[in-house]
Amino acid sequence: MPDQPGKSAIEVRGVRKVFGIGDAQVAALDTVSVSIRENEFFTLLGPSGCGKTTLLRLIAGFDFPSEGEILLHGQDIAPLPPFKRPVNTVFQSYALFPHMTVAENIGFGLEMLGKPKTEIKARVAEMLKLVKMEALSARRTSQISGGQQQRVALARALAPQPKVLLLDEPLSALDYKLRKEMQIELKRLQHQTGITFIFVTHDQEEALTMSDRIAVMSAGKILQIGTPWDIYDKPAERFVADFIGETNFLTAAITGIGNGKARATLKSGATIDATVAEGFQPKANATLVVRPEHAKLTGGKGDLSGTVENIVYFGTDTHIHVQLDSGEPFTVRQQNTRSAGCGFERGDKVGVSIGNDAAQVLRD
Amino acid sequence: MASSFSIRHQSGFTAIAATCFVVLYLPIVVLVVYAFNAATSTSEWGGFSLKWFQSAWQNTQVIDATLRSFQIGATAAILATVFATMAALATTRTPPYPGLTFKYAAINQPLMVPEIVTGVALLIFFSRIKIFTGYSGLGYLIAAHTAFCIPFAYLPIRARLENMDLMLERAAADLYATPWQTFRRITLPLLWPGILAGLMLAFVISLDDVVITEFVKSGGQDTLPTYMLGQIRRGITPEINAISTVFLLLSVAIVTLFFFISRKRD
Repeated sequence: MPDQPGKSAIEVRGVRKVFGIGDAQVAALDTVSVSIRENEFFTLLGPSGCGKTTLLRLIAGFDFPSEGEILLHGQDIAPLPPFKRPVNTVFQSYALFPHMTVAENIGFGLEMLGKPKTEIKARVAEMLKLVKMEALSARRTSQISGGQQQRVALARALAPQPKVLLLDEPLSALDYKLRKEMQIELKRLQHQTGITFIFVTHDQEEALTMSDRIAVMSAGKILQIGTPWDIYDKPAERFVADFIGETNFLTAAITGIGNGKARATLKSGATIDATVAEGFQPKANATLVVRPEHAKLTGGKGDLSGTVENIVYFGTDTHIHVQLDSGEPFTVRQQNTRSAGCGFERGDKVGVSIGNDAAQVLRD
Repeated sequence: MASSFSIRHQSGFTAIAATCFVVLYLPIVVLVVYAFNAATSTSEWGGFSLKWFQSAWQNTQVIDATLRSFQIGATAAILATVFATMAALATTRTPPYPGLTFKYAAINQPLMVPEIVTGVALLIFFSRIKIFTGYSGLGYLIAAHTAFCIPFAYLPIRARLENMDLMLERAAADLYATPWQTFRRITLPLLWPGILAGLMLAFVISLDDVVITEFVKSGGQDTLPTYMLGQIRRGITPEINAISTVFLLLSVAIVTLFFFISRKRD
């Protein structure tokens, strides 16, 4: 179970990274702490400029923290140069050596570690097989496609058997289909090698499908750490809920709290049960999130009422945009069937019912 | 009919271009033609002959000066390229800081200071050193040539370094290469075309120098250009044309090689 506390591979403790001097100082990382477990597929997710790449660079050793510690299996590696860290990186641009063949690229790390030639040869052959590139081992890296370069970059980083593999948006240069293939490939490689993967991406879908756990970052801070399920269904803050998937935000009055559950009274007057985000400070009014697929449209009365504004067909499902009587917008996602339409038309007066386990109270 | 703008169709273009080419190349063509003159004149044609090439080949002073030119040029070019490579690495593999522009200017100083000023300065400076050390060998010429060749070697090397993906060196460090191993295995092989281009450019510049050499050389240290200048003062024969022709071919060959090497991409 990914949620069981295991031994930590990487532990980041109170790390700050400040760029610039004096008044021009910018904190790229603002006191970040996170523990990444052994054999975990861990994703740092956030928009560009949120600090996710900075954190990766600090773990790789390309930059040093202004404050704080980075422990690898309990040993502080923050002051070590990159070539002394048993950590390898797959770069966004791949950074394959253009003057070497595919096999020479893959063997480079082992060669630098001073491994004997026979061992390097065997390990390179093993890696070529792992990423299915045996046929192209003698090619120059400029003579292979983007997807193949990606595989070579992976093999090169995995060959020295690092304790932790860092992946810096490695799929962003690939087209949609290839990206989907590589997502599955990466999961397979992680299982097969048993190496801890730390994966950086701004693509929420990629993060949800691949990760054991995700850390959502914004403006140099980690907002929430959890399983994809946690992050999607129990977002802690507005930013997390908004960044991942589509969401409805509702203002509600909190009338009772206990056992991780809250009673929330909506503007429509209906009262529903909701789960409460960790770190929620009791207050009168709070923001509630309801995912579009967790609400139902009814012809009659529901927890909310409103008017259908727009209907958008998506193939697998239909999004029905409703203007609530309270003035707030609300979207419901409804699974499509082959024979019948969605059953509603623009201008219809509708009710929205929210299930017992559909709403979450945010902490901000 | 609307035709796309082309500078070649502007009035006067052909005339201006032709004038430029004539001014550039006619004197050289005349010089080369008279290298094959059978007569002793550089302006009156007396039939075709290779005798001036032969006479230059048998002139020990010419051979001596040529060998000295090559010796100085090769040594100075190699030294200048080593210094230029170090300077290029130091000025591109560091984040920009105040004073970096000043350092570019300092490295490229020989491009800006008039040669005659450098010549006079070196003459005075080296004469003091000669008195103190008693040494009067080729070292002074080599030192002077190395100094003014550095910017010529520096520019192509720096251009190559600036086009190189910094991520490659980072990837090498990530794969356990020490800074020295990264330089040997990644930076240097990728930089090689730039280094060769710089080396050749520096060699040609050294080979060609007259002003600084004229001031710095001691007696009996003529290079080919200063020897030719000396000969012309004493009266000109087609032998000078013949030497110039060979010199020209050599320079063109080296610069052409430079062009192809610097264009080479992996």
